Amino acid sequence: MSIGAVVSDDRSAGEVTTTVILAEEGPSAQPPQEPRSLTPRPSRSDSIFRSVAFAAGGATVAIMLAVGLFLSLRAGSALQVTGFGFLVEQQWSPETGEFGIAAVLFGTITIAVIAMCVSVPLALGTSMLISEVLTGKLKQWSITVVDLMAAVPSVVFGLWGVFFLQENIIPVSRWISTYFGWIPFFAVTDQTGEPLTDASAFTSSAFIAGVVVALMVVPTQTSIMREAFMQAPAGEREAAYALGATRWGMITAVVLPFGRGGIIGGTMLGLGRALGETIAVYMIISPIFSINWQVLKTGSNSVSALIALRYGEASEFALSALMAAGLVLFLVTLVINFTAASVVARSRSGAESEV
Amino acid sequence: MSLTTLEQLEPDEATSEAEARTAVPVKDGIEVGPRLRLRSARLDDRYALLGAVAGALAIAILLFGWIAPLSGFVGFVVVAFLCFIGIYALLVSTTSDGREVIDRVMTVVLASAGVILGTALIFVVAYALVRGFPALLHLNFFFQDMEFAGPLDGLDVGGVAHAIVGTLIQIGIALAISIPLGIVTALFLNEVGGRFARFVRTVVDAMTALPSIVAGLFIYSAVILVFTHQRSGFAAALAITVMMLPIIVRASDVVLRLVAGSLREASYALGASKWRTVWQVVLPTARSGLVTAVILGTARGIGETSPVLLTSGVTSVMNTNPFEGPMISLPLQVFDFVRSPEPNIIARGFGAAAVLLLLVLALFAIARVIGGRGPGDLSPRQQRAARAASERDVERMDAAAARRLAASAEPLEEPQ
Repeated sequence: MSIGAVVSDDRSAGEVTTTVILAEEGPSAQPPQEPRSLTPRPSRSDSIFRSVAFAAGGATVAIMLAVGLFLSLRAGSALQVTGFGFLVEQQWSPETGEFGIAAVLFGTITIAVIAMCVSVPLALGTSMLISEVLTGKLKQWSITVVDLMAAVPSVVFGLWGVFFLQENIIPVSRWISTYFGWIPFFAVTDQTGEPLTDASAFTSSAFIAGVVVALMVVPTQTSIMREAFMQAPAGEREAAYALGATRWGMITAVVLPFGRGGIIGGTMLGLGRALGETIAVYMIISPIFSINWQVLKTGSNSVSALIALRYGEASEFALSALMAAGLVLFLVTLVINFTAASVVARSRSGAESEV
Repeated sequence: MSLTTLEQLEPDEATSEAEARTAVPVKDGIEVGPRLRLRSARLDDRYALLGAVAGALAIAILLFGWIAPLSGFVGFVVVAFLCFIGIYALLVSTTSDGREVIDRVMTVVLASAGVILGTALIFVVAYALVRGFPALLHLNFFFQDMEFAGPLDGLDVGGVAHAIVGTLIQIGIALAISIPLGIVTALFLNEVGGRFARFVRTVVDAMTALPSIVAGLFIYSAVILVFTHQRSGFAAALAITVMMLPIIVRASDVVLRLVAGSLREASYALGASKWRTVWQVVLPTARSGLVTAVILGTARGIGETSPVLLTSGVTSVMNTNPFEGPMISLPLQVFDFVRSPEPNIIARGFGAAAVLLLLVLALFAIARVIGGRGPGDLSPRQQRAARAASERDVERMDAAAARRLAASAEPLEEPQ
């Protein structure tokens, strides 16, 4: 005898009634029925929730795709004029049809690479210090400070760069160019190849912008790396100590391999932000439209600074050229972000280190 | 409800269980000594550190003052630091083997990286605060706009009230759009799922890479040049929204993913629908994390200059209508002030930067107070509230059970 129980929950009456239906016994003459579907019919509130959520997701995607499509469409008219030359031309005068982003893209990448050279060692050291050396109150406190610094507006860093660093870093730049001038990047020369030592030759350089951008991105990198390091399993740490490792030995044997994904992910994310940084770079550099290999010398440029500089007086076509520049910058950061995401996802650690 | 009556029918079987097999260790008679401090430094370590500092300073002063033609503060610091590392390694190596020397030296290197970074970052923030302090001393700085203040006027005339109001209006509009849209999208990614959700997640991830100036350029050419033909606070708010939306979606997505699956399953097992589960289990559990995500996104959005630079326009008068006329915000006001050569205007710029920093600090502090605890981790007050609620539930259930028992007891007696 089979028993089918139906519990009807009637909350409005404040009373729970239980009804038990005893199924009829006996050979059933009916043909075997179709197997009942196991997925329930969604209730009305559920289907409303589903459709609202679906609509929100759709709206978000629509906004995002609108940005991407609009950029590509508008950039198209400029790219049709120059074609591949857009990537190799250094000048920027859309009025005469001669424009390209070789110089600005070079400047952008120079500044970002300098920023990474400064920020990655600092971020690595600090994150290891916080996760492995510090304990107790000091540890909590420094985690909070680093997280707070990640929220400081970029214009504050720009102010510091313009009003403090600009003057005070000149001796450093001069010192590097004097003693390491034999490395082509660090030389500061005029057209004839004579070394310059005048202070005005060192201001507004890619180096200064890079240092400021480095300070701007280093808190983000530090907090991502720290999270990856702190997730290194305690068992393996203790195993390393039990085998007689010193703390540094434990770090190189356990923490660093475990946190590799976090290191790469944090670096890439910082790189993405460094490439897109506008205001601090715009305030510091003096814009030029030629490739300048001497990073300590006055004059550099970046794609975002170019947009901020030229959008105001731009004609329809010049705007489209700026869009094309913005699109290239977007594609570069996109590739970097997705590479970072896949590296982090493939490694053992860092699954929770997203920002 | 019906479970309470069921329990009474069952006899207590647990008492017939054999006595426990695990033996509790006896602690009597074992002397507990003072707790060892495993991580403290030995005395000779401290002397080695102090000696290395003194030696390095001496060598650097010697080099810079008398022997070599070196100069400059930064060079001095670099030379002193390198000497310090060398001397410290030498001192440690007199008592320890190679591996320990490397360990000590690397610890010092890590500590100095932390000190350099911390000093630099705190210096950056303190620099803006200290140089902005003179402007903050004048109360009119918070309550006046720049309409009647000329470039040569002192700090006792004019202020940044218009920029503060502009910032609040713009971020308010941006939040009004991005909070509902962002959180519901994150719910869609987590609770509904499916192939389209994966696509949405990919697109949102891609959009976090969008440089903020490009977001500004998009609004400038798609909204301002096509529809409104003038810069306005609303356009700036839209630009901030485009920039903030992916950040909020991703942050809320991470928070919602942290909600324990067993909580959801418990809710489904009680027969709750998906919407009930989201509304009564998932969202309350993740509430503090969501608030933190939103506040941190707000802090990022408030400080963003470049999208606003292209869209809001620069003005020196108060404008409370976001749809009409230019409306400046604090970061843009800072940027605009410091381009001037006048020292008083630059001082105002630093003052505005200080106000902006204080605003961000306040937001961050609020986020710390609200968030900072995992999902489901309740504050003492919330715990008291939860306990009181469950006590009320027990009372209600007991009353219902007693009523039912009384109702069912009477008909049972009739057959006898």
